[in-house]
Amino acid sequence: MSTVAIDLSCVRKSYGDKIVVDGLSFAVASGECFGLLGPNGAGKSTIARMVLGMVAPDTGKMTVLGEPVPARARLARARIGVVPQFDNLEIEFTVRENLLVFGRYFNMSAREVEAAVPALLEFARLESKADARVAELSGGMKRRLTLARALINDPHLLVMDEPTTGLDPHARHQIWERLRLLLARGKTILLTTHFMEEAERLCDRLCVLEAGRKIAEGEPRALIDEQIGCQVIEIYGGNPHELSSLIRPYARHIEVSGETLFCYAPDPEQVLVQLRGRAGLRLLQRPANLEDVFLRLTGREMER
Amino acid sequence: MREGYAAVMPANAYNWVAVWRRNFLAWRKVALASVLGNLADPMTNLFGLGFGLGVIVGLIDGTSYIAFLAGGMVATSAMTAATFETMYAAFARMRAQRTWEAILSTQLTLGDIVLGELAWAATKAVLAGTAIAVVAATLGYAAWASILYSIPAIALTGLVFASLAMVVISLAPSYDYFVFYQTLVVTPMVFLCGAVFPVSQMPSAFQRVAGLLPLAHSVELIRPAMLGLPAGGIGLHIGALCMYAVLPFFLSIALFRRRLMR
Ligand SMILES: Nc1ncnc2c1ncn2[C@@H]1O[C@H](COP(=O)(O)OP(=O)(O)O)[C@@H](O)[C@H]1O
Ligand SMILES: [Mg+2]
Repeated sequence: MSTVAIDLSCVRKSYGDKIVVDGLSFAVASGECFGLLGPNGAGKSTIARMVLGMVAPDTGKMTVLGEPVPARARLARARIGVVPQFDNLEIEFTVRENLLVFGRYFNMSAREVEAAVPALLEFARLESKADARVAELSGGMKRRLTLARALINDPHLLVMDEPTTGLDPHARHQIWERLRLLLARGKTILLTTHFMEEAERLCDRLCVLEAGRKIAEGEPRALIDEQIGCQVIEIYGGNPHELSSLIRPYARHIEVSGETLFCYAPDPEQVLVQLRGRAGLRLLQRPANLEDVFLRLTGREMER
Repeated sequence: MREGYAAVMPANAYNWVAVWRRNFLAWRKVALASVLGNLADPMTNLFGLGFGLGVIVGLIDGTSYIAFLAGGMVATSAMTAATFETMYAAFARMRAQRTWEAILSTQLTLGDIVLGELAWAATKAVLAGTAIAVVAATLGYAAWASILYSIPAIALTGLVFASLAMVVISLAPSYDYFVFYQTLVVTPMVFLCGAVFPVSQMPSAFQRVAGLLPLAHSVELIRPAMLGLPAGGIGLHIGALCMYAVLPFFLSIALFRRRLMR
């Protein structure tokens, strides 16, 4: 099979006169974790659904696992596992029944599903919950079951739409750990997220989206170095405009977002010296991250 | 565009079975309540109308009114069971429960789902219709062997009304709209189509309308079968019912594509 898992070229989609995906192109290599990063409404879910052939693009070309989509999306989907943005498990069924029913959708026999179930339960850490109804599971457990369900057909590609949104930090880390395991096993992952940290931790490459347009693409570290390339000082309190004229000579770049002033400084010490002794300021010095990239590119913070 | 529609049609002859089995598993968990609910209404009609009106009506075409009514109630309950299963349960699986969405992320197509839902609704129609036929036969209002003959007709009736209800749910924004279909289409059909009194008692204009309605064809197949009478125009009735099953089936898939995959 080809080494390109997903290939999108000049894909457009609009609803009414609202353009939701605007001439988007990207390619995902086999075995890589590719992130679609953007705020709510950026078009992430729409793109994920188009890749699955569940939404038809207005124009553009898509190839997924070698199949033209949406025309032959069904054949691609036979080798894809999907984690949707909102859980759609069978609430009245047990964990085991959920896996059985889903396996049948891939034409698996009861015996094939039964052979696959123990490893999936172990992967999802749900061994003790096999015969519990889904309605009894916690949010994190449901998400892990959704992940296990996505693996029932031993897919080559996983399409995950915000897999950890709404989970507490512990449950989120558990999912991240599972995803890294899958990557180590050679799976390809298309991941959408509005979590910078998630994107930074998991993705080999990512595409930053705003209002359906690609505003940056690359490896997370490379993007951060390219766009920011220095330390960041966050300054709370005080008048942002007065402060920014004070520190401008020592900053490569300054962004003001709400009450917060972001100062990108190659030499943070000099900036801190300027601010020393000023009452009412709170300062935080940290390495640059994807949040800064997004702020730099769009002039606004990504809402959480 | 044409390619788009081809991609959502049933992928093969067996994918739908997985959808049917999913619904069967869900039904098994609530089977008792479901069976009682499906039977109570038509039984009440059969005995209430049958014994009550039977006294006044006397014989119809040489059979007792209750035996005449039994065939009509079998057809009606098949219609109702398939209609309700589709309008309420399948609609919930499409919307609130997100079951269809989950299935659409597998290698099944929209057409596979619709086909599985139709087969399931027809199964429930067979359960409901056959149960009444069994009661009628037990009480001597129908011959036992006749139940066997009527089962294919009951199943076809179920497919027809599931298929028609599919079109309704592919268009309805919410549950609130189903009541229009129920009161303006389903309920009048019971009276127009000879389920509770012979079509021949209506003015001829109504008779012609009845000849176009699917339930009339179902009644024309099921009643003679249950009464052990020779039936006329079987080919016509089957043909008409097949049209009523197949055309809405394809129409609903096209409408669902517009609704769900936009
Ligand atoms: N079926 C639809 N009909 C109309 N508008 C839609 C539909 N699906 C998505 N949208 C709109 O498209 C935009 C992108 O949505 P979505 O892809 O869900 O973004 P994200 O997943 O990044 O939050 C939003 O403004 C949303 O309201
Ligand atoms: Mg989304």
